[in-house]
Amino acid sequence: MAGLTGRFSTVVKAKISKLLDRAEDPSETLEYSYQKQMELLQNVKKGLADVVTAKKRLQLQSQKLEQQVVKLDTQARQALAGGNEALARTALERKTAIQAELQGLDGQIAELEGQQQSMTENQAKLQSKIESFRSKKEVIKAQYSAAEAQVRISEAATGVGEEMADVGLAMQRALDKTENMRARAQAVDELEQAGAFEDLTQLGAGEDDIDRQLKELSGGTQVDSELEAMKAELAAGGKNAGELGSGDQPGAGEGQSA
Amino acid sequence: MIVRIATEGQYRLPDAVVERVNALDNDAVAAVEAGDEARFTELFGQIIALIRAEGERLHDDELHGSDVIVPPPDTSFDEARHEFSGDGLIPD
Repeated sequence: MAGLTGRFSTVVKAKISKLLDRAEDPSETLEYSYQKQMELLQNVKKGLADVVTAKKRLQLQSQKLEQQVVKLDTQARQALAGGNEALARTALERKTAIQAELQGLDGQIAELEGQQQSMTENQAKLQSKIESFRSKKEVIKAQYSAAEAQVRISEAATGVGEEMADVGLAMQRALDKTENMRARAQAVDELEQAGAFEDLTQLGAGEDDIDRQLKELSGGTQVDSELEAMKAELAAGGKNAGELGSGDQPGAGEGQSA
Repeated sequence: MIVRIATEGQYRLPDAVVERVNALDNDAVAAVEAGDEARFTELFGQIIALIRAEGERLHDDELHGSDVIVPPPDTSFDEARHEFSGDGLIPD
């Protein structure tokens, strides 16, 4: 078969024959398989622990960010009620950026849970194939001539080798995904350390850079429409005037229907 | 014919189905070469769905080498483009 499948098959089969060539006699593949399986098992356990740790970290971040969303929304409302539209806009931009982060985190957590489960299943499958190889080998030896037995054992060993290569591949992909997730958690931590998610009232020097980054992250249209909606609510008679408004910024309150 | 979906498992497929997979696979290569990611994603999804629907899953204790190995279901466009030519995708 040509195509992607053909190319992929060739690559995998080259890998498998390399794996099997290490044992002189196909029967030895069993011993080699056990040893390799133990290594795989250790790696899988380590990989799963990594997944769980990264997941917990993201869940904590996720909770923290959800609180920030509520806080920023309140602050935007207060700023707008106080006539400070620029501050309200900044708060909404941050809120939008945080919401986008939250969505990404949830998706990745779910994906990794799936990976974790299929890794466990693959591991069990490999185990049964190796058990099956162990018993089949003896049956074949008893039933066939030496030459014929060699051929049949070889064939069975290929089945085991293929399963091993496949579990290795599945594990590598699961670990790559964990690595991506860790990088994302790291990025969120760094944004947090840079003050991106801090209370707006506590902003100090250097905020310009954060704001610029946040603007890139957040879709401008969502911020605009939220701002309009808030204005409409306020105009409709919301009397919860905030304490955040600063009258210092010239022109900040222009265009508002009082 | 025995077909493996990498990272998932092995299926026994009737020849007629193998021919359909083959045709879709060739189209998928054309999509990759044309840089058409959406088309690739659609075709590759069809390949996986067809094997799952028409194939008979091999028992865990059956020992056969596969005639054909299909890339993992979560294969990305970039992987399809770059990684199947070398040995980057399969660990030692």
